[in-house]
Amino acid sequence: MADEAKPVTNIKTPMRLEYRYSAGVATSRFLRGIGQGKILGQRCPSCRKVYVPPRGSCPRCAVPTVEEVELSDEGTITTFAIVRVPSENIDVPLPFASVHVLLDGCDIPFFSVVQECPVDQIRIGMRVQAVWVPKEELTSTLQSIRYFKPTGEPDVPFEKLKEFL
Amino acid sequence: MREVAIVSFAQAPNARRELRNEVEILMPVVQEAVARSGIERPFDFTCSGSSDFLQGQPFAFVMALDAAGAWPPIPESHVEMDGAWALYEAWVKIQTGQAETALVYAFGKSSPGDLPEVLATQLDPYVLAPLWPDAVSLAALQARAYLEKSGHSERDLAEVAARSRRSAKSNPNATVSGDYEVEKLLATPHIADPLRVHDCAPVCDGAVAMVLVAGDRARKVCERPAWIRGIDHRIEPHSLGARDLTVSVSTRLAAEKAGVGRGAVDVAELHAPFTHQELILRDALGLGANVKVNPSGGALCANPMMAAGLARIGEAASRIWDGSARRAVAHATSGPCLQQNLVCVLEGA
Repeated sequence: MADEAKPVTNIKTPMRLEYRYSAGVATSRFLRGIGQGKILGQRCPSCRKVYVPPRGSCPRCAVPTVEEVELSDEGTITTFAIVRVPSENIDVPLPFASVHVLLDGCDIPFFSVVQECPVDQIRIGMRVQAVWVPKEELTSTLQSIRYFKPTGEPDVPFEKLKEFL
Repeated sequence: MREVAIVSFAQAPNARRELRNEVEILMPVVQEAVARSGIERPFDFTCSGSSDFLQGQPFAFVMALDAAGAWPPIPESHVEMDGAWALYEAWVKIQTGQAETALVYAFGKSSPGDLPEVLATQLDPYVLAPLWPDAVSLAALQARAYLEKSGHSERDLAEVAARSRRSAKSNPNATVSGDYEVEKLLATPHIADPLRVHDCAPVCDGAVAMVLVAGDRARKVCERPAWIRGIDHRIEPHSLGARDLTVSVSTRLAAEKAGVGRGAVDVAELHAPFTHQELILRDALGLGANVKVNPSGGALCANPMMAAGLARIGEAASRIWDGSARRAVAHATSGPCLQQNLVCVLEGA
């Protein structure tokens, strides 16, 4: 085939842009809190819902949130999925459960994974608690919470959770 | 054509570097525009303009919905363009009869990245963007060609900068303002010859919001609505080499279609991020020497990317509301070297 008839199938055009990201005021406070082993949410002045991680606003009422609320690191599973395929980004043994945890005192579920529990026992309503990295390893990232584990408390009835599914 | 008016406008302070996230910047601005409008949520339509490339954060425009309030779910649209084009979409939506009220907003957080480099990514991705021509260098190519052809000098450009900065002294949201002597400006070094720092808009983070209302409802909520009497936008070829960079044909056509020449113009707010572009735009719009140009200081003094064009429309509307203009022209641009242009004619009666 003559050269002019051959398609150009590949060109390399490297693109690189660097950014100095800033998390915003509310999320920065949350991340600093995580670095101290605390989970900080914010309450909406209008609907009174508590959000975590906070973004400085209530997405339902479209008003700023400023009141800070320190949340428990215990909560209730509102939904879950059993993961059986490896992901290089999640460093826990297979199979594991990815879960939505409704932290006590909060109105929006929080994403994490559950360990120290056979996956066939994970259920909606199960009580769980955060397992943190050792205090000296705490950083301002969600990697500071390694996973959640069952507390052994009685389940929360579905009726009390259905609003948060 | 259905009558549509701008009834409120608000903007953020245009700081050089905001530590707030986009919602934290935008929300007070949206709240202020909504409160001033006298219209209660929900709006019939919401439309926004922004670009995630600026802050390097995917789906920032989706997160920004928190500022508009998307519960219960709202009819909404977004343009990856300056918010002036979001206003155009909202205006069209109202023309179709599908909406009577619209919230329009735009935001840009440029400080996390290197803006002139980020803007290189809007160019042809195969043969031009890989060469990384930054936005200031491209504007300088245009400026050189314009100066040679028009006979204008770098002094004329410095005079545009000095006048803009002087006007911005009355704009509390300006990034740059003050009294500057042309001689001293000309003594500063070039950054991309023939352009100096004062020839280029400052990089800042900002947001603007406004409310559009149709017909009699606008008269009910606003004492002196800023009526959109003409609006049009035009685009030129993507390839810079295919255009005559010394004129703005798209602005001239948009101005004709919007009816700029149908009456005297008191005030013009021009979206010229570079001094020479103001001169090109004045020619294209056919503005006489008696037209007050950029009383806000213009984009040369506050240029929140993706929002500065919409801000021009808001500033022009403000001159209608305060009675200093009976008829005002607002212009917005998008793309490199004035590739795309929107012209809007506002009248107080």
